Amino acid sequence: MNKLFQWFDARLPLSSFWNAHLSGYYVPKNFNFWYFFGSLALTVFVIQIVSGIWLTMNYKPSAAEAFASVEYIMRDVEWGWLIRYMHSTGASAFFIVIYLHMLRGLMYGSYKNPRELIWIFGMLIYVVLMAEAFMGYLLPWGQMSYWGAQVIISLFGAIPFVGPDLALWIRGDYVVGDATLNRFFALHVIALPLILLFLIGGHVMALHEVGSNNPEGIDIKKHKDANGKPLDGVAFHPYYTIKDLVGVVVFLFFFAIVVFYMPEMGGYFLEKPNFIPANPLLTPEHIAPVWYFTPFYAILRAVPDKFLGVMAMGGAIFVLFLLPWLDRNPVRSIRYRSPLFKGLLAMFVISFVVLGWLGMQPVTPLLTFMAQFFTILYFGYFVALWWMSKNEKTLPVPERITR
Amino acid sequence: MSEQTVASPGAMNGAPESGVDLRRRRFLTGAATVVGGAGVAAAMVPFLSYWQPSAKTRAAGAPIEVDIGKLAEGQMMTVEWRGMPIYVLRRTTSTVAELAALDGGLRDPASTVDQQPKYAQNAYRSRTPEVFVAVGICTHLGCAPTFRPDVAPADLGAEWKGGFFCPCHGSRFDLAGRVFKNVPAPTNLLVPPYTFLTETRLLIGDDAEAQA
Repeated sequence: MNKLFQWFDARLPLSSFWNAHLSGYYVPKNFNFWYFFGSLALTVFVIQIVSGIWLTMNYKPSAAEAFASVEYIMRDVEWGWLIRYMHSTGASAFFIVIYLHMLRGLMYGSYKNPRELIWIFGMLIYVVLMAEAFMGYLLPWGQMSYWGAQVIISLFGAIPFVGPDLALWIRGDYVVGDATLNRFFALHVIALPLILLFLIGGHVMALHEVGSNNPEGIDIKKHKDANGKPLDGVAFHPYYTIKDLVGVVVFLFFFAIVVFYMPEMGGYFLEKPNFIPANPLLTPEHIAPVWYFTPFYAILRAVPDKFLGVMAMGGAIFVLFLLPWLDRNPVRSIRYRSPLFKGLLAMFVISFVVLGWLGMQPVTPLLTFMAQFFTILYFGYFVALWWMSKNEKTLPVPERITR
Repeated sequence: MSEQTVASPGAMNGAPESGVDLRRRRFLTGAATVVGGAGVAAAMVPFLSYWQPSAKTRAAGAPIEVDIGKLAEGQMMTVEWRGMPIYVLRRTTSTVAELAALDGGLRDPASTVDQQPKYAQNAYRSRTPEVFVAVGICTHLGCAPTFRPDVAPADLGAEWKGGFFCPCHGSRFDLAGRVFKNVPAPTNLLVPPYTFLTETRLLIGDDAEAQA
């Protein structure tokens, strides 16, 4: 066995990879709760890939058969309901995990020098993930699938000059139709997952090049022992592999509760109109995207102009890409930053959550006003951050990790 | 929280530090692996079961009734059951009588290989001597053998007394679906479970034994 391993190791970088990325990869010793969500995101990715492959075995990507084939999976295929609910719950779980993962980055300044590229990769993953989720939501071909896709694709129609032709090109039909469903299926099951895989690879490679940030925002590479190992670091394996495994077990516990007892989550994970087959002649009374898109949907509706609304929605995502350069303060962790920064971040998080709630509600004048107010706060975070971070009064950051 | 969770610097180099109970560590690792392994095995059950025939497929695979009242002597009809061709042949009395004469040239004349229900493990491989029921799939590589009742045709030779000939790889079976020697097919044609509901009505896919 050992000889067999050596034969391979001489021809494939097995032990050197293990060393460089696991047993010899040093990570700050003070990771807390917020550091579970990276490995959890990977866990959900694997769940989605595996359950997704299984679903394609019975799903029919055609307008005539899609809805019935999903019901066939739910009712007739052995354990089909479980695989399908794993996949639909996994979609929401992915965004819960990713949003918490991103919040961690905001709190501890993980996007700052030298980790800007990790943040960029992460944002690209987030954008591709949104496309992946959006296209996946069309596939069951229910009322919400259909009309949600119709509305979102129409957004592209707001782009001056090329808009209507672009929307037509995306749909391949005058309305969302069989051609749209078929191409979304191709993109959802192979193209976008492949892109995600490469982006995740880039995200992790960039991370391992510069090393992890930590809740203190301290650079552990400054103080090393005689062997060149960071004094405030521990090997990723076994210390964090085992710790992350505990996180995965706890996560699966909650995941299973949702899958088995509340897979629709009261209409938040699987919207009720989606149990009615798509009908191109009848729009449901109230259209709302799935919860993970609603903050941006609220921003879209808050702007009383079609083109500017689309721009605001796109800008709300794009501005996050600029974060490493908008935050001009070199202090990373929230622990050593000014009360003003803490207040601003709290304001941003509250705005995001409230916008998310607003995006699910029907339009009323009061709610539209609220959406406009919180849209301003959302963008206000980035403006204020750029302005205040230049000459911010921060606490002294310790040299070593002591807590 | 960090200080308590991090072991002494020696542990980071992979060297076992003093004061570590290795037996306890091994036990905990083993126990966690076993419990985790059981979880993974349980999680595999739905994914493997998913490949089983679905409720719809099983419903489509239910037994079928066949009316053989119009089947003349020497005539064969093909019906579909579970997507497979099922041959139903009404043999003449003389055909049945001639079957025994072929035994010498057959691989398994007494049907010792389990390719038929108990009630068809006899000289004519059927419930009644005349009516023969078999799955029309060659036991070699799955082609459908053609029904060749003609005696001594030019292409099959003077010895041919009527039977089934597989066009794919030349396997030969007699009119009881018994395979000849020196052909690729290893076993006799499969006889499905079936029963007579009345003199002229066959139930294919189920037999009295299974229902009892």
